[in-house]
Amino acid sequence: MSNLKPYERAEFINESTPWHQLTDGLQIYEPATSRQFHTGEWRTNTPVWNTEKCKQCLLCVPYCPDSSIPVVDEKRQDFDLDHCKGCGICAKACPFSAITMKEGK
Amino acid sequence: MSGNEAVAHAIKQINPDVMPAFPITPSTEIPQFVAGMIANGEIDTEFIPVESEHSSMSAAIGSSAAGARTLTATSSCGLAFMWEVLYVAASNRLPIAMAVVNRGLTGPLNINAEHSDSMGARDSGWLQIYAENNQEVYDNFLQAYRIAEHPDVKLPIMICQDGFITSHAVENITLWDDATMKKFVGEYEPDHYLLNADEPMAVGPYAASNYCMEAKKAQTEAMKRAKKVILDVAKEFEELTGQSYGFFEGYRLDDAEYAVVAIGSVCGTAKDAVDQMRARGLRAGLLKIRVFRPFPAEEIAAALKDCRAVAIMDRSEGYNAVGGPLGAEVTAALYRAKSHAEVINIMYGLSGRDVRVEDIEQLFDNLVKLGDGEQVYDETCPYLGLRE
Repeated sequence: MSNLKPYERAEFINESTPWHQLTDGLQIYEPATSRQFHTGEWRTNTPVWNTEKCKQCLLCVPYCPDSSIPVVDEKRQDFDLDHCKGCGICAKACPFSAITMKEGK
Repeated sequence: MSGNEAVAHAIKQINPDVMPAFPITPSTEIPQFVAGMIANGEIDTEFIPVESEHSSMSAAIGSSAAGARTLTATSSCGLAFMWEVLYVAASNRLPIAMAVVNRGLTGPLNINAEHSDSMGARDSGWLQIYAENNQEVYDNFLQAYRIAEHPDVKLPIMICQDGFITSHAVENITLWDDATMKKFVGEYEPDHYLLNADEPMAVGPYAASNYCMEAKKAQTEAMKRAKKVILDVAKEFEELTGQSYGFFEGYRLDDAEYAVVAIGSVCGTAKDAVDQMRARGLRAGLLKIRVFRPFPAEEIAAALKDCRAVAIMDRSEGYNAVGGPLGAEVTAALYRAKSHAEVINIMYGLSGRDVRVEDIEQLFDNLVKLGDGEQVYDETCPYLGLRE
């Protein structure tokens, strides 16, 4: 990574970057850059977490296909809506009906 | 040796890292020879037997992205089956080399020489270099990686030869010294590669419409830059071997009034026809295209600038009802250069149909009439050697 030219770093690549400053084949030379790319923008349904019903069993966490349920100290946190696509799998997986889906973002 | 043996010998001298391949006539011998060399311990290339050509090109892409110098070989429908992933190799800027042994696409089902396979892939973003004979395909393969891997290029390359006519016919050729060629080709050291644990990377990420046009512009500029690299590599190769290569070969073309433009093994026949016509006092010449991608349009137009009439020979039907791909591109080059030459596109040699010296002599006779303004042909792309 140390040999990268400044414009080859993902944080400097954006929709204003001219063609000759994009990397060859649009390759990305750093890990975990998807954090910077908010793919939750096209969500049409949104999960809602009911903390009173939730028993913190964490079953929803491995079911989430987009790693959008963060866990801190063995406790799930609220949804990462920057990356959640609203697929509803977590709501189906929850044994305690602690997740419901609402229409829209 | 045969053209396939010549390519296999070049591969032996290069000793590339990985070769995924699937057999198809007439290219089958190339992976067969390479597998033999590996079994004999002559090279340490990793050979990957795969279940299809789609898989061989996909494996080649993975291997090249991982950082390995990679090659494969194919023909005809095998190349067509790679179609989808050819574009992936090029757009990911992976310098894979592919030995293409040109054979017609089905149908009618046929296994003989034709250019419809690689011409079908002419817009896939691969470099394409063609050979007239066994020596040329050997020399071209030795130059392949130097062009493809150059930092200004980073594009995959097809090294093409005519099925059976050169791939299986045996000719005397000069083989170059192993150590000299090993030094000439050098080692592959990519800047970025998937197996580099110090730099996790992503290859082929999804690109929305606000990135794709810029990526394609960068790719087409790399294709333009390849022109200089091809000439530089050829010059270095000439210093070592005495063999001279460029974008094309002009045979008795300097003062020619009537020229034939062609690709591949037919050029040997055309040279004989040029000699016959010259002996009869006609200023005849041949422009033999070696590099088709990138297409050296300006250079071709400049070489043909003094011609009165030009026949552009295609070994690949375009089915666009006006002619073939070489005809279209050379004609466009001449138009842009404001050429006044009369132009006719000729369809020849489809599915291995033989072409004789007399056929091309007759073509030159017709070019003279064409140059005099006579109406010789009643269509834009007549067939040569067709039963009527």
